[in-house]
Amino acid sequence: MKPFLREKKTFSAAEIPEATAFEAGYLVTVNSGWRSIRPVIDTGRCIGCEQCYLYCPDGVIAIQNGKAVIDYDFCKGCGICAKICKIGAIGTEAEHK
Amino acid sequence: MANPTAERLSRDEYFYGHKACAGCGGSLAVRAALKVLGQNAVSVLPAGCMSAVGFNFPQLCFSNNSIISTFAGTASMLTGIETGLRAKGYSDFTAVGFAGDGGTADIGIQALSGAIDRNDNIIYICYDNEAYMNTGIQKSGLTPFGARTTTTPAGANIHGNLRPKKNMFEIAAAHDIPYAATASVGYLPDFIKKVEKASRIKGTKYIHVIAPCPTGWGIAPDETVEIAKEVVDCGLWYLAEYENGEFTLNHKPKDFTSVEAYLKKQGRFKHLDLDDIKTVIESRDKKWAFIEKNFTYQ
Repeated sequence: MKPFLREKKTFSAAEIPEATAFEAGYLVTVNSGWRSIRPVIDTGRCIGCEQCYLYCPDGVIAIQNGKAVIDYDFCKGCGICAKICKIGAIGTEAEHK
Repeated sequence: MANPTAERLSRDEYFYGHKACAGCGGSLAVRAALKVLGQNAVSVLPAGCMSAVGFNFPQLCFSNNSIISTFAGTASMLTGIETGLRAKGYSDFTAVGFAGDGGTADIGIQALSGAIDRNDNIIYICYDNEAYMNTGIQKSGLTPFGARTTTTPAGANIHGNLRPKKNMFEIAAAHDIPYAATASVGYLPDFIKKVEKASRIKGTKYIHVIAPCPTGWGIAPDETVEIAKEVVDCGLWYLAEYENGEFTLNHKPKDFTSVEAYLKKQGRFKHLDLDDIKTVIESRDKKWAFIEKNFTYQ
């Protein structure tokens, strides 16, 4: 489980909680627009050592079937994963929008 | 290929979709600690980067119970949460606080000292990015000597911050706290082990983790982890624990890497001259002489 993206809606005054409590893990916007570079996993080289998963400040890398997979909705393109990967399985390319 | 550290952590993410700068060391520390403590952690975040980036209604980025406290009141709110949940009959939870260096060493130190004095069963984690980064990089009590901030600018006469970093780890230890530790996000498995250990100890636990801030330190976003490693390797930070009245050193660099190289990589230290660097090296050597004398290492 992790916080997930909900449908974006406008909150009426009545819907905004009076107390400071609200549902945890409620996301309405992505962070993908922040990226100027895009990390790309070379699945042929990736050995699933999970170093990138461990060191990602945003937690956007998961290991699926022994390979790293990036959630591009929330990756900010900091590039830590590409530097931490000792076998060079993560490359970076310029982000085009 | 199994990663022994990753295997021990929860696969869930408890701090996700937050608005921290790319490459933020503080968010890495919070994420890693919550993956150790799990769903039943109740986290307290005072005014500071992590509350500013984690709670932007309706974007709420913690998936465990989390609350913003007053700037000065991280530890007192932890006390209240721990006592309140216990009074209601809960036992399977961890009250954990994440405060920055300013929220710990300056503004929150009285509440922290009180909590340690009462020996409340809480974990207090200070993510130290060495200045008030959230409000635009002002000097805190944990800003190191020579660092340029907006309140300690570097000019021809004064080269950034004039005062050394407060020794928060030993201040916490001086309370005879059950457990205190220093860590760095550059040595994440070590930090994770310390959070695990803290979660098993009863009483107040204090963990001080160095968490570089690319924005405030003047480094590239992808250098966060490397620089957090290098600060340990060059001897300007150390990995240690305090338990049962004894200091233990966890990691001893064989030879220190260059302090000058570490400093010159960062925008906040660019202005330092050779005399300043000599001062930094002398204070490091003095610190390590103290460590050699008073800390055990095995």
